[in-house]
Amino acid sequence: MASGDSLRERIDGALAGQSARTVTVLSSLLAIEDELGYIPPPAIEQVARHTGSTINDVWGVASFYTNFRFTPPGEHVVELCWGPTCHLLGAQQIIQAALQALGLSEEGDTSDGKISLKYNTCLGACSQGPVISVDHKVVGPQSLGITGGDAMSEHVAELVSRLRNGSS
Amino acid sequence: MPTYEELLQEAQSRLLELEGGGKPWIRVGAAVCGEAAGASETLEAIRAELDRRGIDANVSIVGCLGLCYAEPLVDVQKPGGARVFYRNVTPDKAAELVESCVAGDDLRPDMALAYTGRITLDGIPRLDDLPVWNRQVRIALRNCGHIDPLDIYQYIAQGGYAALDKAVNQMQPEDVLKEVQDSGLRGRGGAAFPTGTKWGFLARSPGPVKYILCNCEEGDPGAYNDKGILESDPHSLIEGTILAGYATGSSNGVVFIRHGHEGPIHRTERAIEQAYELGLLGDNILGSDFSFHVEVSLTGESYVAGEETALMESVEGNRAMPRARPPFPAQSGVWGLPSNINNIKSLAYVSEIVSRGGEWFAGIGTEGSKGTAILCLSGNIALPGMVEVPMGMTIREVIDEVVGGVPDGRKAKFLQTGGPLGGVLPADLLDVQLDFAAMAQAGAILGSGGIIVADDRACAVNMTRVLVAFCQYESCGKCFPCRLGMTNLIEIVERICHFESRPGDLELMRVVGQNMAAGSLCGHGQLGWNPVQSAIRYFQEDFTAHMEEGRCPTGQCLSPVFTPQRTRSRWTSAQPLELRF
Ligand SMILES: Cc1cc2nc3c(=O)[nH]c(=O)nc-3n(C[C@H](O)[C@H](O)[C@H](O)COP(=O)(O)O)c2cc1C
Ligand code: SF4
Repeated sequence: MASGDSLRERIDGALAGQSARTVTVLSSLLAIEDELGYIPPPAIEQVARHTGSTINDVWGVASFYTNFRFTPPGEHVVELCWGPTCHLLGAQQIIQAALQALGLSEEGDTSDGKISLKYNTCLGACSQGPVISVDHKVVGPQSLGITGGDAMSEHVAELVSRLRNGSS
Repeated sequence: MPTYEELLQEAQSRLLELEGGGKPWIRVGAAVCGEAAGASETLEAIRAELDRRGIDANVSIVGCLGLCYAEPLVDVQKPGGARVFYRNVTPDKAAELVESCVAGDDLRPDMALAYTGRITLDGIPRLDDLPVWNRQVRIALRNCGHIDPLDIYQYIAQGGYAALDKAVNQMQPEDVLKEVQDSGLRGRGGAAFPTGTKWGFLARSPGPVKYILCNCEEGDPGAYNDKGILESDPHSLIEGTILAGYATGSSNGVVFIRHGHEGPIHRTERAIEQAYELGLLGDNILGSDFSFHVEVSLTGESYVAGEETALMESVEGNRAMPRARPPFPAQSGVWGLPSNINNIKSLAYVSEIVSRGGEWFAGIGTEGSKGTAILCLSGNIALPGMVEVPMGMTIREVIDEVVGGVPDGRKAKFLQTGGPLGGVLPADLLDVQLDFAAMAQAGAILGSGGIIVADDRACAVNMTRVLVAFCQYESCGKCFPCRLGMTNLIEIVERICHFESRPGDLELMRVVGQNMAAGSLCGHGQLGWNPVQSAIRYFQEDFTAHMEEGRCPTGQCLSPVFTPQRTRSRWTSAQPLELRF
């Protein structure tokens, strides 16, 4: 993990370099998340200073949107869709298989810090369902050369295990 | 800055070069549906094979044609030849495709889906003859899947920005407003409010700074048409937004997109840059005295951020919690300035309406619902994808005749339309027309156009659980009828799923639901009872089986359901929650 100073510098860099034309608390937090993958505690204060708001304001926004997390994510982030389309096509079996393969009981990080598993309400590729995303790339059965949710469960279990063992 | 005629000439000569420049033109569908099917890898494999063979070809990406079931979809057009679409071109088939169709002259009817063009081919159907295509009327989706979303000239070559030129140089703002009012266009974001009327409110508000907000939050699971338009044809939205700005005397536009959807975000940002470069955005657009600016604003994950007042809070960088109305956005919107919120689909129609006239648009569809419905079909359906059909078509026609019906010889049991708040529509009501009023009468909403088809293996109670879990997870928490009501509903639905319901649970849910409808600030809480209400109304027998017979007819409720912690009920704890009124 980055040392305190370099972390602050990266946050300042993200704040100064954000692409949003209108800089707000939210745009600043999103820029930090893009840079670091999470919102470290010092960032709250830095955002407050950068946007002329209070720590309370910033914390209020950061704790509201479900995409923000406050600890570093695992090396790989896997999101599993549980929206109604994917649900009908076998999402729950996929989630169960992925949890089992990683020894988790619900969404969260593996103890070795390799994988962060997250449920997602809709990844936006319903026509390809059931879908998951691996490091922000959406993956459906078609791209794995399979059809249907059952085969997808097996593939996802294998995929997360492989990711965890480092041979992506 | 160039005039429109100069831009058009440049665009046409570039298109001529692409089509007739002596090189094959290969297009790969690369919207999120294509990406999920492996389009990037296919694109890479095609490029590698072309390199290996030393073939000089134009390779472009395009967006989503809507035939998502055929992704990765690749088409090849050789100089003077037809444009042939190939289905499911996974990376391992890419080399074969290049060998046969690009290097050789075998059109490979076995891999082909359809073709377009003036010449006639044997053994491959015309795109216009495919059932999935021939009933469509593509207005908002006119360019999707045909043009490179990163190339503004391809949009212009299809007549893009002609409406803008006509508007700012030949029409008064009132004339543009009148065309949109005459078209009868009603908003496609859910509430179906007449777009022209809404613009009229804003036009009367004092300037000079007024905002057009384009809503691409699109949190409804099952709908991806807004993101699809931004990914496939972002300029149609930009042009519609500028026209909205002109008609209402506004100065600024904001395209509001959920963070993390890289395709739509990147392509919209690029489209805005290009429009500025060519003088289609900025000061004195196309030599007129009209100036307009557009930027992208990203929001975090929050479904309610799509609600119009919550959207304004999010643009200002705050928590996406709805505001009380009045004041209405047209008086005091984002940053306290007059604003209009429009859905992406609503705006994507506008340039065509201005070009062809409001009357033309009003000639399509039904009396109360003009134009087309842009639908995303997914779930247990043969040909999942995105289609645009005239309003007035029945849902049964769409399901059975356009997208191939329910596969594996099964029957449809219910549809989930218009997002989680829309609830479920049973299969015996499929003859309902695509029409805002007709849908409402059947107890459903057309909403954002997502239609999720469930076959007879699905349990209505189980689906209700997922929908209510979604609504509870996404409640912004501002007002208690919604915040607590959703929590109560998920607790009760979960115990029904576990065959541990208590006497009077249905009645209890009704009371909770009515309180939510009466006492919630925004549509989320007001409609949050809909999924439960419609399921109870149409699938009484599924509820009876769970509640009185202790069984799930389809067995779906016997498998565990994993949802985020926030949505997990506390009913299993030592002291179950008691509801008192
Ligand atoms: C909870 C909630 C979520 C909504 N989400 C969206 C959305 O994602 N996209 C959208 O266009 N409209 C959404 N709406 C509707 C908007 O409030 C608004 O009516 C719409 O954007 C107006 O555009 P239109 O007139 O073009 O339909 C939502 C409404 C509610 C109550
Ligand atoms: S109804 Fe629900 S989502 Fe809407 S403001 Fe109230 S708590 Fe928030």
